[in-house]
Amino acid sequence: MGIINTSRIKSPWIMHFDNSSCNGCDIEVLACLTPLYDVERFGIVNMGNPKHADVLVVTGPVNRRTARVLKNLYAQIPDPKMVIAVGTCACSGGVFHNCYNILGGVDKVIPVDVYVPGCAVKPEAIIDGVVLALQKLSKALGVAK
Amino acid sequence: MNQWWIAIIAIIVAPIIGGFLAGIDRKITARLQGRYGPPIVQPFYDFFKLLGKSRIATSRMQFVWIYGYLVFMITCVVFLVLKLDLLLLIFLLGFAGISFVLGGFSSKSPYSHFGANRELMQILSYEPVLLLMALGVYAQNGSFMISEIVKPGAAPLLPSLWPIFIAVLLVLTIKLRKSPFDLSTSHHGHQELVKGIMTEFSGPYYALITLTEWYEIVLVLGLVALFWANPLWVGIIIALAAFVLELIIDNIAARMTVGWMVKFTWAVGLVLCVLNIAYLYLIKGGA
Repeated sequence: MGIINTSRIKSPWIMHFDNSSCNGCDIEVLACLTPLYDVERFGIVNMGNPKHADVLVVTGPVNRRTARVLKNLYAQIPDPKMVIAVGTCACSGGVFHNCYNILGGVDKVIPVDVYVPGCAVKPEAIIDGVVLALQKLSKALGVAK
Repeated sequence: MNQWWIAIIAIIVAPIIGGFLAGIDRKITARLQGRYGPPIVQPFYDFFKLLGKSRIATSRMQFVWIYGYLVFMITCVVFLVLKLDLLLLIFLLGFAGISFVLGGFSSKSPYSHFGANRELMQILSYEPVLLLMALGVYAQNGSFMISEIVKPGAAPLLPSLWPIFIAVLLVLTIKLRKSPFDLSTSHHGHQELVKGIMTEFSGPYYALITLTEWYEIVLVLGLVALFWANPLWVGIIIALAAFVLELIIDNIAARMTVGWMVKFTWAVGLVLCVLNIAYLYLIKGGA
């Protein structure tokens, strides 16, 4: 099982979901994939398919329509899985927290492992967030890191 | 007994070679795009991670077809290393492709169905070319046996079969799922059709497909290497050069439509094959 646990740390495939974000954080998530930051160095690949993903990267506050979609996507990701809330809105609802259609942060709907605050989040902070999530996973799996 | 050992060694070594080729593929692609790229062993990390994921089933039959895809592909590789019948190998490769298509059709997802339809069109594009390649080999050697191609003293096929070689390079692009023919599913550009035929395969079953693709890389490059089998190292260099050429084409080409692919491979590939075989039979008098 050792090699499988090591591989889990080395190959996190992310799926990016936009709740009702202003697109600021989404652009920063995609910026991580550009030649400047190139997260594929660490084996991180952006998947369009929840069935192949390991890490769900969520941006924006949850509203009443996307809550259903978010739950569905979370259920479709095979275990072990992690959720990273990217941006202040995804962490707590941000400036939209008291809107009539907003439920709040992502943790109102699905369990969140790592919160990455910022408006908009810097790509470096998103990479830090993924690294933190992997450290958390390696601790849970008992892999030395 | 010796044949058994060759087969067992090939079954173990082929996916390792295929995995490293996939890693080199990702590294070279990253460098061509101005990125640093993942380590060479990254495909193995992906493979073992996928093996450890939980199993999510959408249909029980798709797993049967995936095992069929893997077993037929391994059989093809064994046929190649034991130097058996080339024609039979190509029929088995067709069975393997059809198993994969039926795996895609066995779930209800529309993306999976779209991908499976496109995979069928890809098979329609490359099967006739491979079949005519076998006929070309027969016209040259008077035998479908691979052992006749690689036996010491046999003349290399490339000088007389170079039009068929160009057609087989087209097949290589389709089989490696590279642009402009990465229609049914793609290794990058993940947003189109979700993931095509792979959409409904997750966890360990996706790992099995990855394993089958590694066998496939080795098999198709082996078929390319057959064009210069004496000495074999020249053929292997030709195959590796063809592999790098595919990577460059992948990075400079855009994805084309399914109809264009069928028209192009039939208009260019089939015509080259037919002219080549007609030349061998009519001008040189055949085998």
